[in-house]
Amino acid sequence: MNQLVPLVVLMPLIGAALALILGKRPALQRIVTVIVLAAVLVVGVLMLIAVDGGEPLVVEVGGWAAPYGIVLIVDRLAALMVVVSAAVLLAVLVFSIGQGLADGHDETPVSIYYPTYLILATGVFNAFIAGDLFNLYVGFEILLVSSYVLITLGGTQARIRAGVTYIVVSLVSSMFFLASIAMIYGAVGTVNIAQISQRMADIPADVQIILHVMLLVGFGIKAAVFPLSFWLPDSYPTAPAPVTAVFAGLLTKVGVYSIIRTETVIFPGPELNTFLMIVALLTMVVGVLGAVAQADIKRLLSFTLVSHIGFMILGVSLGSAIGTAAAIYYIVHHIVVQTTLFLATGLIERQGGSTSINKLGGLLAASPVIAILFFLPALNLGGIPPFSGFIGKLALFEASAEQGSPLAYVLIGAGALVSLLTLYALVRVWNLAFWRGAEEVDGYESELLTNLSEAPHGVSVKKSRTTPRLMVGATAAMVALGIALTVFAGPLYGIAARAGENLEGPSFYVDIVFPDGVPAIGESGK
Amino acid sequence: MSVSLVLLIVMVVLYACGIYLMLERSMTRVLLGFLLVGNATNLLIIIMASKPGVAPIYEDGVTFDDMTDPLPQALILTAIVITFAVSAFLLALIYRSWRLEREDDVEDDADDVAMRSGESSIPDEHVEEGPVDTEFGNRAEAAIAEELDPATETVTPDNTDLPVTHPKGAKK
Repeated sequence: MNQLVPLVVLMPLIGAALALILGKRPALQRIVTVIVLAAVLVVGVLMLIAVDGGEPLVVEVGGWAAPYGIVLIVDRLAALMVVVSAAVLLAVLVFSIGQGLADGHDETPVSIYYPTYLILATGVFNAFIAGDLFNLYVGFEILLVSSYVLITLGGTQARIRAGVTYIVVSLVSSMFFLASIAMIYGAVGTVNIAQISQRMADIPADVQIILHVMLLVGFGIKAAVFPLSFWLPDSYPTAPAPVTAVFAGLLTKVGVYSIIRTETVIFPGPELNTFLMIVALLTMVVGVLGAVAQADIKRLLSFTLVSHIGFMILGVSLGSAIGTAAAIYYIVHHIVVQTTLFLATGLIERQGGSTSINKLGGLLAASPVIAILFFLPALNLGGIPPFSGFIGKLALFEASAEQGSPLAYVLIGAGALVSLLTLYALVRVWNLAFWRGAEEVDGYESELLTNLSEAPHGVSVKKSRTTPRLMVGATAAMVALGIALTVFAGPLYGIAARAGENLEGPSFYVDIVFPDGVPAIGESGK
Repeated sequence: MSVSLVLLIVMVVLYACGIYLMLERSMTRVLLGFLLVGNATNLLIIIMASKPGVAPIYEDGVTFDDMTDPLPQALILTAIVITFAVSAFLLALIYRSWRLEREDDVEDDADDVAMRSGESSIPDEHVEEGPVDTEFGNRAEAAIAEELDPATETVTPDNTDLPVTHPKGAKK
């Protein structure tokens, strides 16, 4: 099974090269891209089955033994993340193919879109399976640089403006990350995560705190944790709908994933747990207050995205196996649901011609299918039982109650409030965009009436907006996946719980990298 | 672990200048700031390699005390390549931004400005962004050439102070 691990990175990378060569043959390019991501999904599922069977996959790249060479590690958490990401990437790809076919590619220049998309996938997968800190940095850079291209796709004025903010902020976070790698290397003389974890115990506590905070700031910017989340609602909404969907679903979660690794393997101690809980609280509350104030659906969803990152940080900050397990389940749920909502918003934009709830109306009557595709994930995100959002939040609250500190109870209360406000924000979208009649919208002009008044005797012109089946199909598949998270919550939560147990303390992670104990050499000169 | 004071001072100065430049609004300055910060970080990594002035080469008879750690140098090489690629992308972005708006400032988000000024209804021109000015759209090049071409140019206030350095915009 070990041979499968590098494929997760290699296949999208080679696929990207192929797609670039096939730049003049869009049809072939699409086929290559779809096949590659489907293959990664299959490999991911195989890895998840193998890993959940009890045998983590560790690959020493090029045959160089663990602390010296690069290791790729797939444990339950990594395998689960790879599977969910591949599924989401595939669904969004199908959606964008549908949109691209319909729009004639003015918005998505086809020759670079698919290769860049695959390179983004490469970066995401590489970050998930990286076993050393520098490889994680490279994974981040791969996904960030391709995201720079995707967010400025087409180079319109709005996208350049939003892209500049996004890129500069990302550069700063990368520099934080790189500087902290340098400092960690200076402190412990290695970049292998398992070995860092072993040696970090000998480092004085004050130095540890500095390294810890540096690393968290770098990841926190990427994950959009509260004081560092200002850039997200500004930059995401202007990108094309599928790009926003995949960014919202995946990119921030790579940051959260890295925070989980930091908190469980590199710095497993409880020093910053209280700090993280406060950060989680602020992220949840500030994010959702932003969402309530928005009129544009994409911006509103971006703010709820920030807010729900707080839930994941809450799970991590508890520092217990069940807390981590709940965070992992919540990440899986949130990747799927947030992506679905952005895809549904893409459908709304097509159907209604706008994403501002002040301008939308009558969508329920106009297209009941889109209404359902928006309504189900909206309830899911708000945490209405029996959806996966409810299960995830319940698990988080239980884990918080288990921890039992006053702050944990404050967080439970805040979490419930935030869920309610999320629901309020989304129901507002529902009421205005879907439920109210089109004629109630300010400045509403009935095309039929205009038509009649301008040419009373003319042939009636019927103008209907069509939404490509592929787009609706991809969104429907994502909604179904979201519901599957509820239906199969038992087995899925089982995997998350076992992953959480593995992450309680660094010993499991260190043992799979060094099954025979850490080699003694390599202490020279330090 | 001994640290070269010169390297340390250079790193600090690079960081200070780089961060100052990155806080500017002009994109070109941000780019320069990013280059300085990137190089400062590379210096930080090389400082962490310890033992300044020794080669990272292992030969017969060389003890570990006579060589420096080669790994940070490999890390720096990767970091330099990444910095290089990102700078190239930033340059393209700056040029694109300049072509579209004839300025390279980082702008405020229109929605944030609307929110701050208390307008409940947010102007959403940015949503109705057509493919009119996309780099790859059919009409894109035509629209830009038309706007910059001195012959068809109608003198509007924001055209009067067009930088003379621009090849097309310069009046001959």
